[in-house]
Amino acid sequence: MLFTVLTGLITSSLLVPFGKFIKTKWSILLPFIPVILFLFYLWHVPVVANGTNIVQHLAWVPSLGINFDFRLDGLSLLFALLITGIGTGIFFYGRSYLKGHVYFDRFFAYLLLFMSAMLGVVLSNNILTLFIFWELTSISSFFLIGFNNDSKASRNSALMALSITGMGGFFLLAGLILTGNIAGTFVISELFAHHDQLIAHPLYPLIVGLICIGAFTKSAQFPFHFWLPGAMKAPTPVSAYLHSATMVKAGVYLLARFTPILGNTELWGITLMIVGGFTMIFAAVHSLFRTDLKGILAYSTVSALGILTFLLGVGTKDAIVAVSVFILVHALYKATLFMVTGIIDHETHTRDITKLKGLRKVMMPVFIASLLAALSSAGVPATFGFIGKDLIYEATLNFKENWAIWLTALAVLTNIGLVTAGFRAGIKPFAGKLPEEFRHVRLPYKSMWIPPMILAVLGILFGLFPGVVGAYFNHQTANAIAGGETDMHLQLWHGFNIVLTLSVATLAAGIALYFANNPTEEKLLALERFNVISSQHIFRRIGNGIEKVASWYTNTIHNGYLRSYHLKIILFAELLLGYKLWLGGPVRIDYANLTPLSWYEFGIAAILLGAMYLIVSTKSRLTAVVSTSVIGYCICLMFVFYSAPDLAMTQFTIDTLTTVLFVLVLYKLPPFINFTSRGVPIRDAIVALGFGVIISLIALRVLYEPNSTAISDFYGENAYLLAKGKNVVNVILVDFRGMDTMFETVVLSIAALGVYSLLKLRLKSSEKE
Amino acid sequence: MELLLVLILGLLYAAGVYLILRRSMVKLLLGIMLLGNGANILIFVLGKITKGSPPVIDGAYKVFQDIYADPIPQALILTAIVISFGLTSFAIVLLKRVYALVDSDDLDDLNTPEEEDI
Repeated sequence: MLFTVLTGLITSSLLVPFGKFIKTKWSILLPFIPVILFLFYLWHVPVVANGTNIVQHLAWVPSLGINFDFRLDGLSLLFALLITGIGTGIFFYGRSYLKGHVYFDRFFAYLLLFMSAMLGVVLSNNILTLFIFWELTSISSFFLIGFNNDSKASRNSALMALSITGMGGFFLLAGLILTGNIAGTFVISELFAHHDQLIAHPLYPLIVGLICIGAFTKSAQFPFHFWLPGAMKAPTPVSAYLHSATMVKAGVYLLARFTPILGNTELWGITLMIVGGFTMIFAAVHSLFRTDLKGILAYSTVSALGILTFLLGVGTKDAIVAVSVFILVHALYKATLFMVTGIIDHETHTRDITKLKGLRKVMMPVFIASLLAALSSAGVPATFGFIGKDLIYEATLNFKENWAIWLTALAVLTNIGLVTAGFRAGIKPFAGKLPEEFRHVRLPYKSMWIPPMILAVLGILFGLFPGVVGAYFNHQTANAIAGGETDMHLQLWHGFNIVLTLSVATLAAGIALYFANNPTEEKLLALERFNVISSQHIFRRIGNGIEKVASWYTNTIHNGYLRSYHLKIILFAELLLGYKLWLGGPVRIDYANLTPLSWYEFGIAAILLGAMYLIVSTKSRLTAVVSTSVIGYCICLMFVFYSAPDLAMTQFTIDTLTTVLFVLVLYKLPPFINFTSRGVPIRDAIVALGFGVIISLIALRVLYEPNSTAISDFYGENAYLLAKGKNVVNVILVDFRGMDTMFETVVLSIAALGVYSLLKLRLKSSEKE
Repeated sequence: MELLLVLILGLLYAAGVYLILRRSMVKLLLGIMLLGNGANILIFVLGKITKGSPPVIDGAYKVFQDIYADPIPQALILTAIVISFGLTSFAIVLLKRVYALVDSDDLDDLNTPEEEDI
């Protein structure tokens, strides 16, 4: 199985060097990748249908428990077949759809990347690798939505989709890690055994919340649904493949996968039922008001995803059987309708159903495919959709609680909306009289209308032979979701019962609605007035808010003024050091240990303080520089008094040199200007004094502590014995720590080089202002 | 005497901080120099200060006969003085260069030239 995941990834990266080559007629090679993979999985159908699970293990990062574990059970197989099977159709279709496009190679690279990632998601037996592939699908979806990268709307939609699904990914990761840590394993097949332990854990509600957010964002459940209609900016093959048949079902897959691990509790059931139930009816109503073909399909997709989530929440065996069938039903008819929409858009350059009419006259085969898909989506008897809808009604009617009737009502209402949406997207553009402007429209390439035709015909064939389909494809899927044996009995004819009555009523109501309500621009605009309270709007406002806070933060903290950085750094240091000082209690001074103070020292200190005052207050640069040198000389004298002759000599030399250099170089600078207002210096003075006080207090506290002299004693005793020198400071510098001094010399040499080159550097005439 | 030194180093730090909060590049440099001096005295005062007994062994002996000043802070400070000279001299020349280019002592003027180029 690993090879099926890697094939796409490798081919995808090969398209970087061989992109030009694949743009020629050799592009015919591309669709054969999904064909081969599809055949591979088809070959596994009989094995898996017997209830065998195929497991493959490959160590990757064993120390972290991240491995390439692949497992093929009924649920994985159904998805793998959808991914590769519909992928085959999409690859043939997309090759013609994008013929001659500049980014033809890029498109297929993304598509292959997506296919691999999606296969990885459904095959992974390790929740961490599942997450990695999950994120890869989000990323490839981002690139595909933003494929028309010169359109601002495309870019925005791509960003929106990525931020929603990416955000969901974070929550999902947290949920997965919690699950893995509690159960002690990240392997899905081992997690089944930990079901009771997980649902009894106090963190169980949190895990459910996190994983549900991950799944809801991916599968476009309310209130995260809005990215999916936006994602319709992608080329239509992408919408058909990612945003209806496969990727958006990853969330449903995740929920289905975790049903035997986290499910069968009230919390799980109620959450999924409420979110799924609201989403399905909300989106079904929305789809009625769209005039854009893709908009209709997008909202009906959201609604269908809602139905799947809702059924998983209902959670009975009947409901799970319905899920396993409805996934297949929906993928077949929705991919068809999308591809048909793509053909219409490609040939007529409009997707507005108020303008499209009578196209059956110019593209009959497309109309047939579209009609079959619309019938299946409406659940007309003898289609696969009919069986799917029956199962949904059966599941809601047999629900154990006494509000089963309300769930059924909800399902019926949603399905009425879906019937109408399906007819409007699949039949309306072809019905009526062909207007003059569409007379030139021709039938597209065969490779564009044959894939939807195949899918649509399958939707009918499966409906005619449901028993075979159920036994081979859906039975093990349902078993995998339920975590046990389910009763799969797909029949075309159940006899006259309440389910059939509901089905017929749904169909009748849907058709009535199709004729009664015509979506127009006005109705759409009226609906859009409510956008202010929509989650999309709120999300955008949150986004803007974050941007504002970030720019405010940047402007305040990172405003480009050096002194303001200094101020913040120093204030922060004061807070930190002050807090630590305050924790240490009062500062004590040991007066007995202090050295006595003599009058000349006092005199020097007085001169020093005076010089300091001059530096701070003077307006003349020369005064300031000279005062600095005075401070240096005073310190030099202190060194003399307190037994540091070497320091005194160094300080004296260096101070003199600095002053000379300063005066030589800076004599032509202008005098200080008083830039700031009155308040600022006072504020700075307070901050500065605070810092001085804190440093002084630290010094006092250190002085009170006993001094360790072990190292000094070693140097003192061994200066002559080991190093043959009598001046201990010199010995330390040139002998004990000679290497340090050597590097210090290097530093000084570099500084000297810098000084020399800066002095020698002549300004170019252009640089002189 | 320690108390006086502590007072001096505190004020040196305060004056240094005050100067680096100004807009003038020269003041910034002077502030850094004062901070350096303050740090030197801080190290000095934290080693035990001793009067009149430098860490130099008398000519006739091989080891110290009497109490002597701690040599380690002195070695550290000596290094610090020399390094800060390297920094200061480079900064002074850099200032001259900046002044030649921008014709100003104002730090804020350094923010603008790039934008004007655009």
